[in-house]
Amino acid sequence: MSLDPAIQTFLTESTELLEAMEASLLRLEDTPDDADLLNAVFRAAHTIKGSAGLFGFDPIVAFTHEVESALDRIRAGKVAFSADLGACLLRCGDHMRALLEHVRGGETLPNADVDGPALLAELQRLTGASVAPSQHSLPTPQPATTEQTAAPEAGESTAATDLWHISLRFGTEVLRNGMDPLSFLRYLNTLGDIAHVTTLLDAMPELAQVDPECCYLGLEIAFSSQADKATIENVFEFVRDDCRIQIIPPRSKVSAYIDLIEALPEATERLGEILVRTGALTQSELGAGLQRQEQERSADCSGDAAASATPLGAILVQQGAVESSVVSAALDKQRQTRDRKSEENRSVRVDADKLDQLIDLVGELVIAGAGSQLLARRAGQNELVESLSTLARLVEEVRDRSLGLRMVQIGGTFQRFQRVVREVSRELGKDVTLAISGAETELDKSVVERIGDPLMHLVRNAMDHGIESPDVRVKAGKAARATLSLHAYHDSGSIVIEVSDDGAGLNRDRILSKAMERGLVVQGTALSDAEVFNLIFEPGFSTADKLSNLSGRGVGMDVVRRNVEALRGTVQLESQLGKGTVVRIRLPLTLAIIDGFLVDVAHSHYVIPLDMMVECLECGSETRTVARRQGYIDLRGEVLPVLWLRDLFDIESDSPARENIVVIQFGAQKAGLVVDALLGEAQTVIKPLSKLFARVKGISGSSILGSGDVALILDVPGLMQCATERAHQEQISIRVTSATLDDTAPAVKTS
Amino acid sequence: MATPLSIEAASHEPETEEQHQYLSFRLGDETYALGILGVKEIIEYGGLTAVPMMPSFVRGVLNLRGRVVPVIDLSLRFARQPTVPSRRTCIVIVEVMVSENRQDLGVMVDAVNQVIEILPADIAPSPAFGTNIRTEFIDGMGKVDGKFVIVLNVEKVFSIEEMALIGPLHEALPSLQPAAH
Repeated sequence: MSLDPAIQTFLTESTELLEAMEASLLRLEDTPDDADLLNAVFRAAHTIKGSAGLFGFDPIVAFTHEVESALDRIRAGKVAFSADLGACLLRCGDHMRALLEHVRGGETLPNADVDGPALLAELQRLTGASVAPSQHSLPTPQPATTEQTAAPEAGESTAATDLWHISLRFGTEVLRNGMDPLSFLRYLNTLGDIAHVTTLLDAMPELAQVDPECCYLGLEIAFSSQADKATIENVFEFVRDDCRIQIIPPRSKVSAYIDLIEALPEATERLGEILVRTGALTQSELGAGLQRQEQERSADCSGDAAASATPLGAILVQQGAVESSVVSAALDKQRQTRDRKSEENRSVRVDADKLDQLIDLVGELVIAGAGSQLLARRAGQNELVESLSTLARLVEEVRDRSLGLRMVQIGGTFQRFQRVVREVSRELGKDVTLAISGAETELDKSVVERIGDPLMHLVRNAMDHGIESPDVRVKAGKAARATLSLHAYHDSGSIVIEVSDDGAGLNRDRILSKAMERGLVVQGTALSDAEVFNLIFEPGFSTADKLSNLSGRGVGMDVVRRNVEALRGTVQLESQLGKGTVVRIRLPLTLAIIDGFLVDVAHSHYVIPLDMMVECLECGSETRTVARRQGYIDLRGEVLPVLWLRDLFDIESDSPARENIVVIQFGAQKAGLVVDALLGEAQTVIKPLSKLFARVKGISGSSILGSGDVALILDVPGLMQCATERAHQEQISIRVTSATLDDTAPAVKTS
Repeated sequence: MATPLSIEAASHEPETEEQHQYLSFRLGDETYALGILGVKEIIEYGGLTAVPMMPSFVRGVLNLRGRVVPVIDLSLRFARQPTVPSRRTCIVIVEVMVSENRQDLGVMVDAVNQVIEILPADIAPSPAFGTNIRTEFIDGMGKVDGKFVIVLNVEKVFSIEEMALIGPLHEALPSLQPAAH
């Protein structure tokens, strides 16, 4: 579905605004008096309404308008913010999102809105106001009684019209900026009735010189509405900067109109005529006004100059058109808008694909650079080597910076859970607060996108199974209100996300008995706590006795582990009975680059991810004999099972006289991997392998070395699993206690 | 390092022209032809990295200007003897579609002959038997200078999905009983 880019932007921005609105609403529940938060919510709703109006998405405008009115009442202090009101507003936000989704899907917006009116009715009940659904489109003009309408002063006549007069001169850039003048009129019409429009084409140059992308239009509009001046002004918020807009309230002084006429570029007579035609002034009013103006001018020429130097705000106040407080409020608002704009300008939206291409290219650059360095070293040209290493350093910096472009803060993902926690705790009748820390921790966007689901599982699981109901908590001597925390931090080249709760913790015995029931563990095996807890990540494992619609079906934890492992991450679980549970997810910062250790087997290069490597050992002939015989070696008193990469990969060639052992670790499981030679550390760009290799276990990808050769990246968890399966298949009885066996696969029966 | 031997011929042809051009190459004693539009380039054999636990017809992967491209041995794919690299051994880079994505695949052949023109009228349907490779691999039998060349069906021969399903154990079966016809 290809949407108009402008609409695309509208959708993206509106979605972001809705998220911000939701976040503010949730925070408002704790601090209902925070005016800033309330204003933020209001602004979000207002902007969405405004933008939706520009595109003519009337259902969104109509709905949002009501929400905005309700918010306005809260803001004005007429209604106190309550939890129920917050909940209702959140649902309104959801509804707005649903409407936006309709637009995104390219569907026409439903005219007969199902949920909307019900929501609005509730909102109306809660705000205790008559949020008349048609307030914004009153069919008949009514005498304006707004404060902007100045009381007639003695000696000055006021126009006898009930209509607003709006004078618009669009800037030439309006069309280029993606604005359609007509859409403003359309939106204006939602606030009232346009009684009369005169289009002025005076700014139009000779036909030959007309630039079709420029807007030369001017509009004089007579408008009947109950809206206040600020509301009407806001209609034109998006073009305010490059357009001349003047709005004269109903029953203004005639002089205001005269000033308008003077200020506009078109001929006085013509404008006067238009004003009469639009019904703003009567002929006699106009005549009197012009005459009066003339008199004043001749009487006081110097005063005229002084007046022109007075700021517009001051003039307006002098004329009594607006109160000074209104002016200062407007100025504040302008300043705020400007601040916000400059902040927005600091960030640039870039297509993710473009970034990927850049990172690919930089990756190539690194490889090419390493290649030339190798050549230079081989040629023995020291100066060249030196200059190339400077270059390499710079290139690496460029790479790090460009990878940094993809980094986003995890806070946005965490923030989503405020709502989840709130709703799930209501549903379950539990009292839970969510504590977030480390929200500013950055990680790769592609990782962030894919971590949401596993986190969701974990959060729901913790709330459903981990956290007890308030009375149980009180009985256990804990605070009735439970805390669920999401915590993120960087730790040696990876990011760690912790989901912890202060709930009941895992019941070791119950897990163990369930596991035996399911045949996951053989009766009588001694397992450490960590191994027992890891069982809950097994497919189909659930200790919940009754199913709830949240969790307990045994899907979830194994999905969590699979998702995390797909991101080259690991999951760990710690739990204390009665105290709570911590699930720790460790993820690489990026999926594009890997810190690896290069090894050689039968003249092929393999990369072992550095974070899965513990140490390297020499494998002398004596060690080798022992290892071949018993399948494990003694590593400083620890039993270390040994895997021959050559055997695992069925490589048919003879082992060299000297081999090396790389100690690898995945989770709590260690193993010694026997390789021919150690080639040292290397930071490499990961290249995905063709689908052709989808079934190969033990290899997760490939990488191109400085020499131009391709090295395969070892998938350590996959290798270990592969080794375990083979051991199983070949019915080799390994005389190892289960404690040293792969704890991620406790299903293995040991003899 | 692999170096380009000849630049792809496809780009020089006007696109409006129907595809009558084929790249002919030799595999053992037989001549085969591939539609030129699927051929991206031809490179010298070398620089392969073996990928373990793959059926033997997958010779490994290759660094093609920063992309990692799998290379197959066409002779083994046809369940024949493995190609013995010689001075004339080449890797033909073809473009294949894998679930709507284009992907490059290297095809190891004994020698590349030339670009030939075969008119549709000169292509006879493949016989139901009589050829010693799977009939679905053959698009037809082209006649060039009085001799037959086997025009390959790129989609079937280089089907990544199908090849990925062949495990290292299964592929042994067809090679044990070559050409049951």
